[in-house]
Amino acid sequence: MQRGLDSETKKQLEEEEKKIISEEHWYLDLPELKEKESFIIEEQSFSLCEDLLYGRMSFRGFNPEVEKLMLQMNAKNKAEEVEEETVELDVSDEEMARRYETLVGTIGKKFAKKRDRANYEEDENGDIKPIKTRKMFLKPQD
Amino acid sequence: MAEAAAVVAESLAGYRARAARAVLEQVVLPGEELLLPEQEDGEGPGGAGERPLRLNAGARSRGRVVCGPGLRRCGDRLLVTKCGRLRHKEPGSGSGGGVYWVDSQQKRYVPVKGDHVIGIVTAKSGDIFKVDVGGSEPASLSYLAFEGATKRNRPNVQVGDLIYGQFVVANKDMEPEMVCIDSCGRACGMGVIGQDGLLFKVTLGLIRRLLAPDCEILQEVGKLYPLEIVFGMNGRIWVKAKTIQQTLILANILEACEHMTADQRKQIFSRLAES
Repeated sequence: MQRGLDSETKKQLEEEEKKIISEEHWYLDLPELKEKESFIIEEQSFSLCEDLLYGRMSFRGFNPEVEKLMLQMNAKNKAEEVEEETVELDVSDEEMARRYETLVGTIGKKFAKKRDRANYEEDENGDIKPIKTRKMFLKPQD
Repeated sequence: MAEAAAVVAESLAGYRARAARAVLEQVVLPGEELLLPEQEDGEGPGGAGERPLRLNAGARSRGRVVCGPGLRRCGDRLLVTKCGRLRHKEPGSGSGGGVYWVDSQQKRYVPVKGDHVIGIVTAKSGDIFKVDVGGSEPASLSYLAFEGATKRNRPNVQVGDLIYGQFVVANKDMEPEMVCIDSCGRACGMGVIGQDGLLFKVTLGLIRRLLAPDCEILQEVGKLYPLEIVFGMNGRIWVKAKTIQQTLILANILEACEHMTADQRKQIFSRLAES
């Protein structure tokens, strides 16, 4: 009596399964639903719409802490508006990148050993660039 | 009467979505659809029947438009859900298409995330307080949500105290939650409101008017006598002055401001200043 399936029948079954479960199995047959990019955002809060003042107020020195808070919070609102104006850069990005590049070399030179320091001077085009090649131990050939 | 009815019938029969720009500062009714500026270009004057579909969606040069309270997004248009005046705010820094909203009037408050409100502590159960903010359910306030509160150092809050806090969770599916600290952990004036004083309720629109940057009412009130006011966006105002009489006068003025014209207000203030 033979229990189980023959190796042949097993192979056939496997092949059939593979046919069914092909790669296409994992994709739905629906048409592509493109979500329309909406340019409208919904907000339920009034704080976006109107610039409202801070809710706690004190007048004529009744509560000094609250008066301090009033100045802080209302100034914060105005400061945010001012900050939104464009900030001018003192140093342009390219110049910053260049400086940084050479800076790495100069500081690296400080920590390099005496032998390595010689490597730093070779590449000078006005820039100091360290060479990455190091002298490794070479096994003597017979 | 007959003429008014005829006009209304006419407007309903010949219904077409109006341009939002054309309706600014006018009264809009729920159910109206508003077109955003870029979409009006295809509309000819007296265009017959349907508008041609615009397929050049790629030519959008505007940023995002925010539709605020009272408006909803309906496809590419705005749908009005509350009656009131349509307002618009230009974007400050140039990005985005600005904000549209409806300035409506109501007394019932619906919790909104980020709003600062005055609540009354109604119950204390374990680690949270139940705070009544005037919405459909009481908000929950954890005892750790106060400045400097730890498990050992609990805040001194009793049932019946007034709390000034803001919502962190407020939507129609969940119970609203509020806290008395900001995102950095500082109190910023929130927490338990002190002793004495008077709490009363006004409409939500009045609160927003009073909190507008250039509010004359507050400037005049501030000149009368030393006082302290806390405004909650849920329509509650707490006032305190040195004597009970002054507090009551203040409360009456603020309540009456709703329906007074500027002249009447000035009269009252001048009378008060004399006495």
